[in-house]
Amino acid sequence: MNIQNIYESMEYGPALESREEADQWLSSKKRKLSLYIGGKWQSSKSGRYFDSTNPANKEFLAKISEADQKDVDKAVSAARKAFPSWLKLGPHGRARYLYAIARQIQKHARLLAVLETLDNGKPIRESRDIDIPLAARHFYHHAGWAQVMESEMKDYQAIGVMGQIIPWNFPLLMLAWKIAPALAMGNTVVLKPAEFTSLTALAFAEICDNIGLPPGVVNIVTGAGKTGEMIVNHPEIDKIAFTGSTEVGRILRKATAGSGKKLSLELGGKSPVVVFEDADLDSVVEGIVDAIWFNQGQVCCAGSRLLIQENISELLHTKLRARMEKLRMGNPLDKCIDMGAIVAPVQLKTIRQLVKQGKEEGGVLWQPSWACPKDGYFYPPTLISNVSTSSSIAQVEIFGPVLVSMTFRTPAEAVSLANNTRYGLAASLWTENINLALDIAPKIKAGTIWINCSNVFDAASGFGGYRESGFGREGGKEGLYEYVKPHWESEYKDTPQVFKKADSRKLKSPSVSLPAIDRTAKLYIGGKQARPDGGYSHPLYTPQGQLIGEVGAGNRKDIRNAVEAAHGAASWSKATAHNRAQVLYYVAENLAARGEEFTRRIAQMTGRTRSSSEQEVELSISRIYTYAALADKYDGRVHHTPLRNVTLAMPEPLGVMGIVCPDEFPLLGFLSTVIPAISMGNCVIAVPSETFPLAATDFYQILDTSDVPGGVVNIVTGDRDSLAEVLAKHDDVDGIWYFGSSSGSQKIEYASAENMKRTWVNYGKHPDWSNPKHGEGEDYLRHATQIKNIWVPYGE
Amino acid sequence: MTVTKKTQSENLIPFPESHERNPGIPLELEKIHAIRINRSAVERRAGTLGTRRTVKKQWQAAWLLKAVSCIDLTTLAGDDTPGNVIRLCAKGKRPVRKDLLENLGLAELDLKVGAICVYHNLVETAVSHLKGSSIPVAAVSTGFPAGQISFQQKLKEIEASVMAGASEIDIVISRNLVLTGKWNQLYEEVAAFRKACGHAHMKTILATGELATLTNVARASQVCMMAGADFIKTSTGKESVNATLPVSLVMVRAIRQYYEKTGYRVGFKPAGGIRKAKQSLEWLFLIKEELGEAWLDPSLFRFGASGLLGDIERQLEHFLTGRYSASYRHPMG
Repeated sequence: MNIQNIYESMEYGPALESREEADQWLSSKKRKLSLYIGGKWQSSKSGRYFDSTNPANKEFLAKISEADQKDVDKAVSAARKAFPSWLKLGPHGRARYLYAIARQIQKHARLLAVLETLDNGKPIRESRDIDIPLAARHFYHHAGWAQVMESEMKDYQAIGVMGQIIPWNFPLLMLAWKIAPALAMGNTVVLKPAEFTSLTALAFAEICDNIGLPPGVVNIVTGAGKTGEMIVNHPEIDKIAFTGSTEVGRILRKATAGSGKKLSLELGGKSPVVVFEDADLDSVVEGIVDAIWFNQGQVCCAGSRLLIQENISELLHTKLRARMEKLRMGNPLDKCIDMGAIVAPVQLKTIRQLVKQGKEEGGVLWQPSWACPKDGYFYPPTLISNVSTSSSIAQVEIFGPVLVSMTFRTPAEAVSLANNTRYGLAASLWTENINLALDIAPKIKAGTIWINCSNVFDAASGFGGYRESGFGREGGKEGLYEYVKPHWESEYKDTPQVFKKADSRKLKSPSVSLPAIDRTAKLYIGGKQARPDGGYSHPLYTPQGQLIGEVGAGNRKDIRNAVEAAHGAASWSKATAHNRAQVLYYVAENLAARGEEFTRRIAQMTGRTRSSSEQEVELSISRIYTYAALADKYDGRVHHTPLRNVTLAMPEPLGVMGIVCPDEFPLLGFLSTVIPAISMGNCVIAVPSETFPLAATDFYQILDTSDVPGGVVNIVTGDRDSLAEVLAKHDDVDGIWYFGSSSGSQKIEYASAENMKRTWVNYGKHPDWSNPKHGEGEDYLRHATQIKNIWVPYGE
Repeated sequence: MTVTKKTQSENLIPFPESHERNPGIPLELEKIHAIRINRSAVERRAGTLGTRRTVKKQWQAAWLLKAVSCIDLTTLAGDDTPGNVIRLCAKGKRPVRKDLLENLGLAELDLKVGAICVYHNLVETAVSHLKGSSIPVAAVSTGFPAGQISFQQKLKEIEASVMAGASEIDIVISRNLVLTGKWNQLYEEVAAFRKACGHAHMKTILATGELATLTNVARASQVCMMAGADFIKTSTGKESVNATLPVSLVMVRAIRQYYEKTGYRVGFKPAGGIRKAKQSLEWLFLIKEELGEAWLDPSLFRFGASGLLGDIERQLEHFLTGRYSASYRHPMG
């Protein structure tokens, strides 16, 4: 084209980023890349390789080693071997290495960006301006956390060897999200990049090598799902961190259930973009571009559901279509395009199939008039309007550049639609009314809420899901807890404290002249005593064999009723923290008033001495005080993200929690687990000690007289482990704590995979509940809450 | 008010008419009040315009030449004399060295700047030295830059400049009317200026650096267009903050809305602070992306700039020779 023509047409021309250095880098490896294990480059034992290709033109980029079991074993033992000396190196030493990594990423930023774009198909603008700078920032930020770990995380220590599996949509960035916090907290790592995109992980390994990171601290094993499985099932790995689909996340939850491996999952999403009538609509349009056409929509938190206030729907659709027409798609290395290629044919096929289904289900499809490039895997930006909630494309994660839209009438309806999903990763809200924005943000069940922006990320802010979008956070202080364990956990015992039990041969009735008034402990559901649905009760005896009373045998229907009741009490979470604290103090006050009665009850059930029982009551009162005190002090944070905004990290209650209480302390065990949960605003279904349930059932009189709203605490007695399993399998229960056996822990984690409820189990290890270090503190509150990050940009 | 239409049209150089002139529409106060601009979101979009788009090689050369054609070559200084204005006019007629144009294959292009922009006192000088070139003379007016003179004086100044031969009048709005929300008064004022301009095209300078908020910028833009502005212009070049991309984004979006509503195309002129070739491209990207190619024309888009041309000339020479150029190799304006 000559200059005169361009002068007249004012068209854009090609503007390709050079790939010369990236090609040189690949050639220097003879386009055949090895595994990085124990500080050495080595090809896989099997000698098998698979191809990495450029999705924009299908060209072969390099052969990638496929790690098999022996390679994974080797990597894990290298990481294991490196762990003690990496720990010994101390915070400052680790900080220096992390800092060096950050510097190296910056120094080689363009090479990494071009490799990423070649391998993944994302526009060079994104890899250059977003992925790589964010990755470097992640290491800088965590170099800081490494340095100050001893003061900032003083109750916590490294876990050991981390197995990390990352996706193909942000290869280097996801690597950074995984490796930076792991190393900062003193762990060593075996990481597997996605099979489609291994290049930058191997370039990263080279960086580790160049800065002299001690061998074995970071190991990179490449391969497909099978290699991933080997990591997940490896007995020598202490924690699995995974980012990917909910489907695979569920498999990992089941596979690691009961193993004691810590697990964090960052999974799929169907995030809403909620647009209110007073929003700056031109800015909304750009926000939508960032939400769904960033990285071709292959973003777990992509804003893929557009919810528009009905009266502006037509106007916004018109603006949106005009904007879509202007998007430029092409060679990802072109600096003048907005959208690149879809990562692989399998992904393209899924997108096509889902869009087809959406059309068949009545959605109105709109795509720009321009044609996609033909030489690679491309899919145009797509808007499907008139979508109903029942349509599959409104529910299923498409993981492509496809936006579905629907309308709402009121803020309340917007919230209902936004939350009408199994996922809960992110949401963006658009309004110029701060009252409305800050009203809606807490109501949406998602880990990240962006107000008047979308898809902004930073190392200082935790990212992660609610519901089936997974659990755990990456980034910020909240993300560090995924890579540490409390110091005191090592003090837990393999067996619970043993108390004398009744000798069944000596069973007898109480010997009194007048028959005692029959007193049966019922279940406590929705603030009322309820007879067990099954109509059975079981007798309870003192260790001496005296009949104490009978306790209701709760069954699955009682659990169902209790869960309903707990949901009915949801306004508890909206009560002010001060108000919750006051209620808890009142509970403590009433317990103190009836201390003598509980002392006798504990002594009677357990056969323990009076002073030991008295001590349990005293500790219980103190424990309630602790959480009454913390209720309005367990604050969130305001993160220093490098934008003009406040990022509010707010702990929110999980919602409805099942709590399976420890067996050994009838009252203290019940209160140590139930009170922290309700202090944060959760509503609870408690399954008390099976052996000594009566302290808990006596307690409902205290709940009744202490202004605890009905349904906040529900008590179902009976066969503990079977009730626990019903709770774990209940999809309307958001979290479950279990303090029991090792096999019970396994069952809870396994059954929880279905709705990805948050679990906290003891794997058969028993804390000493009478020891405040074990039995109370912020660790309990952390498990009773999840962090929501709300980004609030400001400036008029 | 003794100016007759006849006198005006005799002096007028025809303005390039590629579109129907905006006659203005009645003020719609409700619409003005409903405007909300989100600054952070605007800044985010503005911040990525230059990273999402780029032009290289012959595309860059062509785009830079387009930028030249859209420059209002400006001198607005206390020490302006006929001498430097005459030199500026000559530069406006031949903004790029002839040999460069030839080597670019554009000898036939008849490249010239969009206008020569001066104070009233120098209008006649400029007009006489641009005779035959079809380059319009723009006069800054209405008590430029602060606008703190009486309304009657403002009208007289416009009329005088039009009489002297200016075919474009760059008026300044009364910022106080924006800051105190007197949209009716602003509308009346600008409509009166427009009437006084007659056939001369009116650019309304918002002086955005003094309007405090982007919402004010958007509201003032709409009011000025409703009152019949042919162009809306960011700044006088004399405020402490002049043309910025976020402000420009807000203004061009206002132009787009006005066009979608009325069918009239209003022009846009960023002024002040645009000194580099690379910057000028960012503005062209902004226009192409937000308004479309129709606006990439001097009839609808101008840069108010004095130093920009020099940098573009050096970039064009670099494109041709591969050698970085020096400013002394190009005739000064």
